[in-house]
This record gives sequence, C-alpha cells and structure tokens, in this order.
Amino acid sequence: MRPFSQLLDALVYTRSRNGKLALIAAYLRAAPDPDRGWALAALTGNLDLKAVKSSAISEMIRARVDPVLYEMSRDYVGDLAETVALLWPPPPGEPPDLDDGTLTLATVVDRLHATSRAAAPDALAQMMDHLDASGRFALLKLATGGLRVGISARLAKTGFAQAFGLDVDDVEQVWHALSPPYTALFDWAEGRAARPDPAGTPFFRPFMLAHPLEADSVDLADYAAEWKWDGIRIQIVGTGSETRLYSRAGDDISASFPEIAAAFTGHAVLDGELLVRGEFQGGEAASFNALQQRLGRKLVSAKMQADYPAFVRLYDLLLEGDEDLRALPWAQRRARLEAYMPGLDAKRFDLSATIDAADFDALADIRAGARDAAIEGVMLKRRDSPYVAGRKAALWYKWKRDPLTADCVMMYAQRGHGKRSSFYSDYTFGCWTADGELHPVGKAYSGFTDEELKWLDRFVRQNTVARFGPVREVEKTLVLEVAFDSIHDSKRHKSGLAMRFPRIARIRRDKPAAEADTVEGLKKLVR
Amino acid sequence: MAHWIEPHPTGIYVRPADAWIDPSVPRDRALVTHGHADHARGGHGHVWATRETLAIMALRYGTASGTPVGYGEEIRLGGVTIRYVPAGHVLGSAQIVLTHAGERVVVTGDYKRRPDPTCLPFEPVPCDIFVTEATFGLPVFRHPDTGSEIDRLIAALHANPERSVLVGAYALGKAQRLICELRARGHHDPIYLHGAMERMCNLYVELGVELGDLRPATGVAAKDMRGAIIVAPPSALNDRWSRRLPDPITAMASGWMRVRQRARQKNVELPLILSDHADWDELTDTIREVAPTETWITHGREEALLHWCMTHQIRARALALVGRDDEEEEG
Repeated sequence: MRPFSQLLDALVYTRSRNGKLALIAAYLRAAPDPDRGWALAALTGNLDLKAVKSSAISEMIRARVDPVLYEMSRDYVGDLAETVALLWPPPPGEPPDLDDGTLTLATVVDRLHATSRAAAPDALAQMMDHLDASGRFALLKLATGGLRVGISARLAKTGFAQAFGLDVDDVEQVWHALSPPYTALFDWAEGRAARPDPAGTPFFRPFMLAHPLEADSVDLADYAAEWKWDGIRIQIVGTGSETRLYSRAGDDISASFPEIAAAFTGHAVLDGELLVRGEFQGGEAASFNALQQRLGRKLVSAKMQADYPAFVRLYDLLLEGDEDLRALPWAQRRARLEAYMPGLDAKRFDLSATIDAADFDALADIRAGARDAAIEGVMLKRRDSPYVAGRKAALWYKWKRDPLTADCVMMYAQRGHGKRSSFYSDYTFGCWTADGELHPVGKAYSGFTDEELKWLDRFVRQNTVARFGPVREVEKTLVLEVAFDSIHDSKRHKSGLAMRFPRIARIRRDKPAAEADTVEGLKKLVR
Repeated sequence: MAHWIEPHPTGIYVRPADAWIDPSVPRDRALVTHGHADHARGGHGHVWATRETLAIMALRYGTASGTPVGYGEEIRLGGVTIRYVPAGHVLGSAQIVLTHAGERVVVTGDYKRRPDPTCLPFEPVPCDIFVTEATFGLPVFRHPDTGSEIDRLIAALHANPERSVLVGAYALGKAQRLICELRARGHHDPIYLHGAMERMCNLYVELGVELGDLRPATGVAAKDMRGAIIVAPPSALNDRWSRRLPDPITAMASGWMRVRQRARQKNVELPLILSDHADWDELTDTIREVAPTETWITHGREEALLHWCMTHQIRARALALVGRDDEEEEG
C-alpha cells in the first residue's frame, strides 16, 4: 500500500500539472500488476467498490476514540478520512505510524470487494492496523469512493500515456473497452499484447468542447448558431444490441436514465443535451432544477420517470453504423443528423434547431430576447469543422448570456473543504422580506479572489454572533453582490427561491445592509 | 488553591513577588520562560530569564536590564522561591517553578519531550498547579520520529540534484534544530540562509551550538545553490525572495504539517513534521507524570485537553491569554 499512499500524498502536494504527470507515470512504470491497474482505476474514478458509508467510518472511530475529541478533531481537520487516519490508535505494542507491508493495493481492493456492507467496518479496522497514517488515509478514501487528490480522469490517462510513450487520445479510444485492473492495457503498453480492440462495445468517444466567445463578433457565413441548452451534455452510444449513455466526463449514466437508453436501439453515436420536459417554451424543456431531481440516482422509480420525463435534444452525429463521420465538416454531419431523426422515438429525441439570423447583430438581438430558463446562451459552430476531442481554438464557441445579479446580505459562513479548510469560504446570504426579515436565498463559495477570501474570512471571524458546529452566524452588515445564471421556485428554502450557479461578484463594503435587495424583487426574475 | 498566583489576559501575575510571567505588555518585573516573541516582549523594567534567553532578547530588542538565572539555581522574590528548569523547547527555554506557602506551581512556557540537540531536555517537576501549553492539543497531532522526517528531506534533495530545497523554519529554534539534525544525519554540505536567519544562527554558535558550514544565500548565484538546502522564515517561502533560488522544492518544518490541507494552504510541496511543541501524547503523558492537583491550560487548542483532563478526573481550567496566536508560524 505504501507506494500508492505515497503517490496520493505527493499528488496532493504537487502543484504543477507536469509534476503530477511525472509522479503518475513513475508509479505506473514501477508498480506491479495488478496493483497499478487498481491504482489507475482509482485515479480515473473507475474503481467501483461497494462504497462504505461515512457513517460507518464515524462509528468505527467513535468506538476507539473519545467521541468529543473525535468531533473536535473533525472540526479542525475538515476531512473525515484524514481525521480518522490521523486519530487511529496504534495496535497495542506497535508504534503509531508503521506500514508493515503486509497489504498490497490489490489485497485491499479484493477485501473491499469481498466484504458486505455490514462487515465492512470490521474489515476496514483490521486493515487500518497494518498501515501508517498515509496508508490509512488512502484506504479510507478508496473505501468511501472518490480520492479527491485534484486530478481528473483525463490527467491520469495522460500520465499513463506518458509512462509508456503512447498517445492519450489513442488510450481514450481503447479505454472503454477495458475494465479494471486493466491488465490488457498494460500488456499492450509494454508490448506483450496487441492493442485492445474496442469494436463491438458501446464505448465512449471524447466530446468536442467549446471556448468562450471573446471576439466581438463572428461571420455567420462561417459559423452556424444554435441554442445552448441548460441540461447535461450526453453521448448516446448504440451498437444495435446495447445502448449506453455517457456524461461529459465519460461516466456511464445509463442507469440514471433507463427510458432514454431503452428508447434508442440504433447503431450510432450521437451528441446531445439531456433535458427534462417541462412547462417552458410551450411544454418543451424544463429548467436545470428539474433535471437535477434525476441526476446522480442509481435507481430511478417509475414515479420519478413520470414526474420528470427525460429527453435528448440532439446536436451532432458522430458515427452512423460503422461509418465514422467525425472527420466530415459540421454542415455535412448536420445534414446526416437531420436525415437520421425520423427513425427516432419523437417522445425521447428531438433536434436542436439552428438559429436563423441575418447577421451577427441580429443574432445578438435574438440572444438578448431569450430568457427561457432552459437556455444558457448561444453556441457558434464553424460550418466546416470536424468533430475533434477537447477544446480546439476557433472551431466551436459558447456565447453565454450575461448573468443576473442581486445585492444580498451575508448571514452565515461555513469553513470550506480541501485547500480552504481553515477559511470561512462558504457563505449563505439573504434578502429582505416585506416584514423586514432576512430570508436566505442562496449559498456561494466562489467568485472571489484569494485576497478577498482572506478579507471575508477575517470579516466572519470578527463579526461572529453565534456558532453552530462548523457554521458561524455573522452580524447582518455585509452586502455581497451575487451573480447567478437563473433563479427558480424552490420548496427547500424559506424564501421559496433557489439560484443556479450563484457566485460572489463583488463585496459591497460601501452599501448599507438595509439597501440590499428584497425577496419580492428576486421573485420577479423567476422564469 | 494558590491564591497567590493569578492568571490575567496579559500574563500570569505572581502577587507576593510582584512579578509577571511572560507578560504581553511592558511590566516592571518580568519572569520570562523563553525568547519567542509571544512570550518575551520588549520594554520590561527588569527581566529574570536564563542567560541564553536574555541574549536572545538583547538581540531582538536591544539591551534590556536582566538578571540571568541558571538552570536549577534558586532565587527568592518577595517570599517566593523561583527555579528555572529546562523545558526542551528552544535554546534557553525554561519552565518556571514557583514555591510559596507550601504550594508548588510550574509554568511550562512552551515545551516538548523529544530530544533536541540544541537544548537541554524537559525535566518533569511534580507540582500542585501545572500550567501547560496546548499548541498541539488535539489527538490528530502525533509527531513522527524526527530522524525519518530529516531522511525525507535528504532524499528529496538527492532525488533532485538540479533543484534546491527551500525549508521554511521559524528563525528562533526550529531553524537551528533542523540544521543540527541534518548534521547529525551526515549532511555536511553548506546550508544557505535567508538574511533573517543569520543573526540568530550566529548567536547560537556563540552560545556553543555547532551548526557547521552556513552561508548567506544573498549574493550567491542560483547555479551555485543547486542541490543545496536553503533555510528561510516561513513568510519568505512564497515570497519574491525565493525567485533567486534554483527551482526550489518548497518544504516546511512544522508540527502543523501533520494535516494535509494546512500544508496545501501554505503551498508546501514537502511537508516535514518537525515541531518544538509537545504533541498530544506528550501533553497527556506529561500531565500524568507530574500529577498536579490542578492543570491550567494556556494557549492552543485548550478545549480538547480540558476535555481529556475532565475525563481523567484531573481538575483543569483554560486561561485566556492574549497575544498567543493559535495560527502562529511557530510550531
């Protein structure tokens, strides 16, 4: 376990991307099979263990350490796994920090696979006794799912490619044909076996992404305009016998949207926006808020499917049958997509319309007129662009609409996580009701600079009026200008409102709290 | 109990001696445990401290009138017998042992229990009232073995011969201890110093602590510091000053480095858990060992230690002393 736990520690502390890549590559070259395959699975988020609940871990530590001291430690450290890793009492007669080398990463994974949810705490505890603090941290992170060491799946794959002198896009191509611990992948990388053949499996193709539009205009003779829908990007991969749905990160989300997967029986790869049908725009797409009810669920009830019916608005056709269309210009792919539409179930699939505008100024007017909650802005796609992985300059642009803003009063602050665990960096803010009360309207933890964060943290510490565990209530004196993409009705909050993507736009030290906005005023912005 | 000793926000007042222990504001008569700025302030009328602490204070605040008190030597002030006993924290650090009216009070200042080549080891003194620090008063703080931390530093240095390792270390105590520990592990190359370190290192050498080949980093070409260790105060780590160094790996020697996100916040790449304060086990073991009737807890995470005392049937109270910053760089 020690090489893996040392890798995780080093990744936590290494700032540069190249430094992280070098660490991953060095580990993957040196570690034995199948340890390194499991490590790669963990780093790319493909290690699917029966996740141990964090409550089981709290119970495990409460049985060994004074619960009050545990709570205080947890509050100080901020992260459950790290707190428990540091607090874990050494087995009798052993020094506290010793990885005795009896557990390999593969053994750990095997045991976590084999254990039942009920037996997991005992299995974990037994393993904890053989590890040092770093090893215990790694073990708990593996067991709870999600390493959070600040690297993406793509970066891990790039590290793998770098380790063995491969092209990362080539690795991406074969990736989804393989499963952990990726022995076939390492055999290929080290020349012991042929390139794994992904044909016949519904594997993921990297998405084409857009740059924000920075130029003042583009020529619509070269670029086609489309609405940017506020759902989640999705790739539909059908082999004729099997269909899978992938999120932007390449996660398989078929189980969350079974009705979509079931409705597609073709042999093709499509790119589109997953949306929930709603009352907006004449009964088409509902806001992102509605879609959120469906996200992240492993099992979806019939009621869920009926209350929040999902459909896909299609943008692009990547493959039709075995024919790869990605090298063709966008205009040709678009024509193929339009021709493909009639064969699809109209209840689950529609076509993302292009926007007709005489010129860029006319397009700007159309964009300014659209305030539908499901529209995020406009996409501009070069008519002759091939479909290429990632963000390539000047091919696709996203032209988001300007955010809405409101002046709100800070009410509560909470310490952040990760790098911000000593800073009060999560703020709940409110607006005034007609009765002169402040009701919370949202929570934001971004938008400010490091300097502003320091200032805000100091403000919170110096203006605390009450403490509730990690949360501090502050004097209601500070006005924050909050930017957000849209605002919706919500049953969850006392104000009856919920913001989408709220962030702190400015700290309004100049503005008296009494002059902040009202809940009534915000309600007028609901679409 | 011991009504003759009074905790105040600005220090501990010993009434019959009319003297303050580590006062945070200027006083006529001050008993000072050690030279760190949160314990030793300038501007007192008369100071009683060890010879080394007086020398450190003189370096920091200019000449002050002071009476040196040797370890183990007894002095009497207004009917109180006062003895300075090694605290193992930094050079010259002392616990102040006060005896009066049949009661004994020990004020530790700051202390640690593990060996430090730059100062005498902590001596436990059984007492009625034990006034302890609690900088690392949470059970997540367990400092690892010093040697293995120093070995990690040397390993990082050898693995990156084209780079350098910049170690942030508090200028009084930690820097010199780090250098001594490196020498003890066989690292005899020149060690380069940030300007703010030089005077204190010189004073240590004058007071008899061997530090080996030390050189100022100022004016040395970057290429000549490749493969070398540079020691700087923590505030200089992410400062423009470090741009002169050859691609430095940023390290920090501090007990706070035990917690990942603390190290991340400081942009530290190589966290070295090296502390001049007692860790959780040292704090609790020491309280058990001196077995006081009552424990007073000064600065740090006093809540947890207070709770521990309570659950172990030890009477305890927390003192709110001002100016003892819990997020101090010292640690």
